[in-house]
Amino acid sequence: MVGLATVFGAGGGTSSYQEIEDTDVIVLWGSNAREAHPIFFHHILKGVHNGAKLFVVDPRRTASAQWADLWLGNNVGTDVALSNTIAREIIHAGLAHTDFIARGTSGFEEYAASVEGWTLQRGSDVTGVPVDAIVEIAHSFAKAGRAQMCWTLGITEHHNGVDNVLSLINLALLCGHVGRWGSGLNPLRGQNNVQGGGDMGAIPNRLAGFQDILDPAVRAKFESAWGVDIQPKYGWHLTQMFEAMARGELRAVYAIGENPAQSEADKQHAIHLLQSLDHLVVQDIFLTKTAELADVVLPGSASWCESEGTVTNSERRVQRCRKALDPPGGARDDIEIILDICRRLGKEFHYGEGPRQVAEAVWNEVRSLSPMHAGMSYQRIEELGGIQWPCPSDTELEPSYLHHRLWADNPADRGQPAPFSVVIDDPPVDTLSDEFPLRLTTGRRLDSYNTGVQSGGFQSPLRWGESIDVSPEDAERLELVDGETVAITSRRGSILAPVRIDRSLRPGLVFMTFHFPDEVDTNILTIEANDPKSGTAEFKATAVRLDKVPASEPAWT
Amino acid sequence: MDLKIGADQPTDDERDAVDALLGDPTSSWQGGERMVADRHMARGAGTRVQRHQLLPSLHAVNDRVGWISPGAVNYLATRLDIAPAEVYGVATFYGLFSTTERVGPQLHVCVDLACQIAGVTPADVHATGGHESPCLGLCERAPARMLVTPGLLPRVTVTPDPPVAAAIPHAGDPSLVLLARVGVVDPESLESYRAHGGYKALPKAVAMGPAAVIDQVTASGLAGRGGAAFPTGRKWSAVASQPVTTHHLICNGDESEPGTFKDRVIMEGDPFALIEAITIAAFATGCRQGWIYLRGEYPLARRRLTNAIAQGQAAGLLGHNIIGAGFDFDLQVFLGAGAYICGEETAIFNSIEGFRGEPRNKPPFPVEVGLFGMPTLVNNVETLVNVLPIVLDGGAAYAAIGVGPSTGWKLFCLSGAVARPGVYEVRFGVTLRQLIELAGGVPAGRTLRAVLIGGAAGSFVTPDELDVVLTTESARAAGLSLGSGVVMVLDDTVDLVAFVRRIAAFFRDESCGQCVPCRVGTVRQEEVLVRLESGRGLAGDRQLLADIGQVMRDASICALGQTAPIAIESALAKLGVLS
Repeated sequence: MVGLATVFGAGGGTSSYQEIEDTDVIVLWGSNAREAHPIFFHHILKGVHNGAKLFVVDPRRTASAQWADLWLGNNVGTDVALSNTIAREIIHAGLAHTDFIARGTSGFEEYAASVEGWTLQRGSDVTGVPVDAIVEIAHSFAKAGRAQMCWTLGITEHHNGVDNVLSLINLALLCGHVGRWGSGLNPLRGQNNVQGGGDMGAIPNRLAGFQDILDPAVRAKFESAWGVDIQPKYGWHLTQMFEAMARGELRAVYAIGENPAQSEADKQHAIHLLQSLDHLVVQDIFLTKTAELADVVLPGSASWCESEGTVTNSERRVQRCRKALDPPGGARDDIEIILDICRRLGKEFHYGEGPRQVAEAVWNEVRSLSPMHAGMSYQRIEELGGIQWPCPSDTELEPSYLHHRLWADNPADRGQPAPFSVVIDDPPVDTLSDEFPLRLTTGRRLDSYNTGVQSGGFQSPLRWGESIDVSPEDAERLELVDGETVAITSRRGSILAPVRIDRSLRPGLVFMTFHFPDEVDTNILTIEANDPKSGTAEFKATAVRLDKVPASEPAWT
Repeated sequence: MDLKIGADQPTDDERDAVDALLGDPTSSWQGGERMVADRHMARGAGTRVQRHQLLPSLHAVNDRVGWISPGAVNYLATRLDIAPAEVYGVATFYGLFSTTERVGPQLHVCVDLACQIAGVTPADVHATGGHESPCLGLCERAPARMLVTPGLLPRVTVTPDPPVAAAIPHAGDPSLVLLARVGVVDPESLESYRAHGGYKALPKAVAMGPAAVIDQVTASGLAGRGGAAFPTGRKWSAVASQPVTTHHLICNGDESEPGTFKDRVIMEGDPFALIEAITIAAFATGCRQGWIYLRGEYPLARRRLTNAIAQGQAAGLLGHNIIGAGFDFDLQVFLGAGAYICGEETAIFNSIEGFRGEPRNKPPFPVEVGLFGMPTLVNNVETLVNVLPIVLDGGAAYAAIGVGPSTGWKLFCLSGAVARPGVYEVRFGVTLRQLIELAGGVPAGRTLRAVLIGGAAGSFVTPDELDVVLTTESARAAGLSLGSGVVMVLDDTVDLVAFVRRIAAFFRDESCGQCVPCRVGTVRQEEVLVRLESGRGLAGDRQLLADIGQVMRDASICALGQTAPIAIESALAKLGVLS
């Protein structure tokens, strides 16, 4: 989100799902969407069936890569190198979209100069990807009438994740693949409403509708609506909060629907910090590990069936969700809980009676404060089956893609040009060495969801639990067999997991998920090297070694 | 079976059988040796370009080693980029494949209706060490069996194995049109076919142009002979008018309705005629790719069609720029593997595309969205060969033959208790009694008990209804369906209860399991019959049978479920079975 917001002023995927189905080239970069975003992958498959060429860039030849016309298996953490090499090839082949660059962008000259050193050979040496493959993706992407660039955590979960995103945005700007039907930039989202959370201001520097909290006019508008003062300063993102906890500045936390005790990199440290707080409040529908540490637990409601409101999906479509059940036991609607806390803190809000009326009144307040949501009445959302933002008008609908302004004939309509970003190749912080010779990358599997809080409660025939996936070559070299328990050690800690030999891995690359933290705590290994801009940790690149353990050791500790 | 490739490895034979079909793997990602060059890139999209090779690949393995082992499943999954579970799902769909180990030749003994009339019982089958098989399409020579011998040069043989013409008691009769050449022409020689009037219709059709050919077919009143009797001209013009390309043509040679064997006789006895007719249909409808979907139990038809296609290609009658007329059409035989449901037109699409042969919902109809999502013409073998006289003599002349809307010639498959079982070509308008007399009537000393019209999906006729005229319209008025032209005669020696139960067992076996009414209904239907037969019927069982039938008719996706109760209900109502 940070990357997109930096370049375009709004942090959202620029295309709608339908455009993925109606494009010529799809690049899936650092994303195993077939397993991690299976619904989105259906849209990709429709595009593929309609004739689109699919490129997958991923160190592993994933299930998604099996569908690709071309898989580029770059070395972990060489995304900027690959992107810069592709950019240089596009520029040198005369395939850059000079009209669009002149019309809708800025900073091209510096950018072009910054990638000049990335010859095909150097790019190939650094990334491991053969020259032919780099040329092919460069030319296909640049020549395509329409092209989609899609990415996920393989791009963002690095210490330089924002740079990675910026480097992909550069490619789209270079070829004019943004702001048009069928061409766009799309980060895939893991939760059904992660987009909606950001849209509503659940980010440290923006109020609802991505309005800058430092802008006095924006603050004045919200202050008059809420009758409170808003502090004119940016807050902390999650990683900064933990840093503030470590410094002792942050003493109380109110966590809603987050499980940082298990999802943070270097989790032992995270648990220690949470335990040392003066006060921890957790509002969740499960008694998570974080909730177990809390002073107060507030049982919330399941938003998809026990509450009224809206959710916003990856294509920025705001959709209604409706209450079908009463929450069990003492659990309550989240809005009710928050309003009650407000009252105890001395501020009463009145939104009406009953969940539906309250939710709609809150939503109408959002509409009055956030111009991009202004035209989305409940009635209109229901009639249209969801509406994509921006939607400032009560009667008109905007195009399904963002940033068409960049193509406007009239310079006044174009607004701020989209800047190219000079990004420097910056290898993973956790370097390989003789002691830690293997590159561990982490990811997700189809049958499980994040830390397993929501998916661990049911059986899946696909699930085999956590394993350390190893290439056949490494397994042979280390004399490991399928199912054998092995010790995995990084510079931060050591855990045990069974070996699974996986032909989709090349020598030197090993893979784990973090779905089973109670059995195998993968994030003990991962490094707390955060991107300074987004706060995301480098889950994707850890240096490890594997050691055989005596057969008597249990598999799970 | 799993979604992930497991540890089981293919044997050299299995690997070789697959590689012989698909070519050697080009990278480790397709099952080859792991090489350094594969570590950082892979070309592919294997699934979407190769999945239609799945059924041929399974045939290759099954033909070589006799069964589909877990190692072979893994190798196929790797080669075609499909999850092993999907390979397993397809392998287990077909009756001729096995995923449990089989050693040596496999004997498939027909226990279906005509062979049951000839006295075969499941107990006999087990005594011979064979498998029970549904109808092998050899009803005129019942009882029949098929022997599959796997190996490097696999052999499929059927017994008895008389010459093709033995299936046509009137072979050589100068009045025959559709069957005129069977038993006369050399079915393996293009020259012989030409010498007997072959390849006269194609040049004429090309001279007429596609629109005029469709006009003639429409004027002829020809209706589909596969069972549904849909007007052929309308189907052709619907496909021809689709702007989307590529158009596909499928000749439905999956003749699996018990008691049906007319298409086999044409494919074995006059294969060039079928191919000429297919080529005309492709020319008229703009089809570029053609497939003859042939049931796996017809080894001779397979050989002859494959040979005829090869000769046609060599002679410029198939392939690029056919007869110099500037149109291209490729044709291939696609072999089924023992599944009645694959005679359903949309099930054929899934079968060819490498999925389980489950029918699709309609609409969209095949003429718009068919094989590989493209407009597709599906015609039965018999329907297509009728095109030759229509092109040669004109639609009007064809329409003058027959009665009312039932125009032209019709093939009927006579089997069971008649003196001369076989395929009979008649002009529409004969009565059932005339047809049975044509076949020599019921053998001396026996009395006719009932006639099954239309096969397992058809219904029974009693001895006092023999004067029904066998046209589509009269049959419908009498509550019958001609279906695929099955006329199976039952005399007083037939155990009607066992016969009806076999029909129920057939549908239970052959239901693809996709939709609930059919999957559950065919099982419940058989259970009720077994209860009633054993005298342990429950109160309300007959009502239950009627209810099941109604649900299957109303709610099944395809005709299999919709027709599964018909014969059984008519046996109970008209023949007094189990009353």
